[in-house]
Amino acid sequence: MNKQIFRLLLLFLMIQPLLNAQTKDMVIIKGGQYIPLYGKKSTLVKVKDFEMDIYPVSNKDYKNFVKQYPKWQKSKAIKLFADEMYLTNWKNDVQIKDTELDNSPVTYVSWYAAKDYCECQNKRLPTIDEWEYVAMADETTKDARSKPTFNKQILSWYETPKTNENSIGSHPKNAWGVYDLHGLVWEWTLDFNAVLISGESRKDVDNDSNLFCGSASLNATDLMNYAAFMRYAFRGSLKANYSMKNLGFRCVKDIIKKDQ
Amino acid sequence: MKYLNLSALLIVTILLLTSCSNEAKKTVDPATIHTNGEIDAELTSPPYVPKPVGDRSAKKLIVKMEVLEKEGEMTDGVRYMYWTFGGTVPGSFIRTRVGDEVEFHLQNHPDNKLPHNIDLHAVTGDGGGATSSFVAPGHEKVFSFKTLNPGLFVYHCATAPVGMHIANGMYGLILVEPEGGLPPVDKEYYIMQGDFYTKGKNGDRGLQPFDMQKAIDEKADYVVFNGKVGSLVGDNAITANVGETVRLFVGNGGPNLVSSFHTIGEIFDRVHVEGGEMINENVQTTLIPAGGAAIVEFKVDVPGTFILVDHSIFRAFNKGALGMLKVEGKENKKIYSGEIRDGIYLPEGPGVQTMPSDNKVAASDIPAKSFDEQMKFGKQAYMNTCFACHQAEGQGIPGAFPPLANSDYLNADVNRAIGIVLHGKSGEITVNGVKYNSVMTKQHLSPSEVADVLTYIYNSWGNSKKVVTTEMVKKVKDAK
Repeated sequence: MNKQIFRLLLLFLMIQPLLNAQTKDMVIIKGGQYIPLYGKKSTLVKVKDFEMDIYPVSNKDYKNFVKQYPKWQKSKAIKLFADEMYLTNWKNDVQIKDTELDNSPVTYVSWYAAKDYCECQNKRLPTIDEWEYVAMADETTKDARSKPTFNKQILSWYETPKTNENSIGSHPKNAWGVYDLHGLVWEWTLDFNAVLISGESRKDVDNDSNLFCGSASLNATDLMNYAAFMRYAFRGSLKANYSMKNLGFRCVKDIIKKDQ
Repeated sequence: MKYLNLSALLIVTILLLTSCSNEAKKTVDPATIHTNGEIDAELTSPPYVPKPVGDRSAKKLIVKMEVLEKEGEMTDGVRYMYWTFGGTVPGSFIRTRVGDEVEFHLQNHPDNKLPHNIDLHAVTGDGGGATSSFVAPGHEKVFSFKTLNPGLFVYHCATAPVGMHIANGMYGLILVEPEGGLPPVDKEYYIMQGDFYTKGKNGDRGLQPFDMQKAIDEKADYVVFNGKVGSLVGDNAITANVGETVRLFVGNGGPNLVSSFHTIGEIFDRVHVEGGEMINENVQTTLIPAGGAAIVEFKVDVPGTFILVDHSIFRAFNKGALGMLKVEGKENKKIYSGEIRDGIYLPEGPGVQTMPSDNKVAASDIPAKSFDEQMKFGKQAYMNTCFACHQAEGQGIPGAFPPLANSDYLNADVNRAIGIVLHGKSGEITVNGVKYNSVMTKQHLSPSEVADVLTYIYNSWGNSKKVVTTEMVKKVKDAK
């Protein structure tokens, strides 16, 4: 009898994360076309329909994850996949420090860890195109890139320290119903290093006239370019094993049509 | 034929000898200088510079520089998010010599939001080091370079958007001394100009974000030495004694404006033009390009306060590009007859030296909400506008400017006091039994600023503790 209860409990524990990972915390992003700021092909890019987490992954979410997948606990993570800063704001393998909030975005996670987290939830990391496509939206418009106020908000966030200590969802959601793409933490993308910036942006200009950069700024009257460019520059400085204070992530999911 | 050969040989020999003696003058190829040992570089915050290299041999010099994004004060009440090399604007001063092998560690603090790098104009190599030093927050990059050319060079961040990184303060100077070092002087200082672009106007209180559009338009709100208004005035002034030789390492971080560097009351004996080897002598104003530098040397002959300015002069008196060199010692009446008064430059009217916002209405969009805020903002306005004449404790200057402390004239009539701040006052008045006959110019302050500054004055130094409101000021203003 006891054994049976235990088994049921075990079964429940096993499927619980899957239940949590249901799409209730996700929102459908209707795909479309857009011209990204930067890339090898500065032409129209197609984005398919997909679902996106409405919040970045929180400390609490990540605690559940490492309980279930101990290989991603602070003391057990393989250094090749997560540098020594991995979960440095955690007290031990299962607890965050007292100064941290459960509801703050998880940070100090490597790309490998973030990627595995999403896969364990039956999801994946968003591509740069998917992320940027959704991040074009402000509270009312799906492409707010030409609005000066929107751009100023983003730029001013880049200059505000310690935003990683805030709670998820404390800013208004954007027109897709997604929170915190701007204003909280940077986020990992699946192909973060697909757009290579050498770190010497002036040289990047020489390499490819399609590339946009600060020194070519006179051609660009759109302030959005600056905000977005800083994101690309940031991504360009990363390696997959880096774990950083201001860098978290969220997951997305492909939409599989039922009648197919 | 034989003679011809001989004379040809002679000519060739002479040519060879001459060219040999020319060769002998040249120093060795810096690239081949051997380094001998390893030392950690001394890095200093402005306005100070590390010890001279003297005649030390070339070494492996380890420079560890940390990038910090941190909030600071542009001027009283105006805060700004600076991006810095070593925690200061300009960044730490690096001092090296020709032939050194500099091992550069660029450390990006984990709290920082952005990746950064460094382009040192003293580097011969890809991107001036920028390519090898692009570093994410919480990481460190190391690269090394050989110093091939002596001179004073700018360094700056070259991460996109480059202009923004420079505009936020990411620049500094690296000095490469020649073999045997620069000739010794008594005092050396580090001064670097920069232009800043804020969302609000000059003087608008609060945390002011960077304004990209103004930067593109090159409409600077602040042009300053060493990162902020007043970094080199009053107690922060640089100093020397009569008879000493002074060397200024002057840089210009830009991002946009070229500096017309000048010292009021001094002539530069020697200027290393653009920080290089060419020496110009007896110079009044030297041009320092954005991303360039100059070494300025002079002897101070008489005591006084010598004002350092960008002689594109509205920047000095209205945007902050003003510093002071205070020289103490015996007067020399043959050189200058005297009558130097500390820090006052009358042709521009009172108070302008330390004050960036004289000729404008500094309407602040942040009105004081409480008495405490009125006192705080009032004090800021006082220090900006009234301090030079009425002095720190409201004591005034005997024979010139009446006291505000314990002032019977002030306490007798608040509306009269408001009117004087708004419209100015000239002619004879009697304060505490002493007659004064001077001119106070009209003050360009918004009604809320007038209310704050008068509240501060009335609640300081034994005055009647009256509180002045914006409404009271508007009433007086409208009555006229």
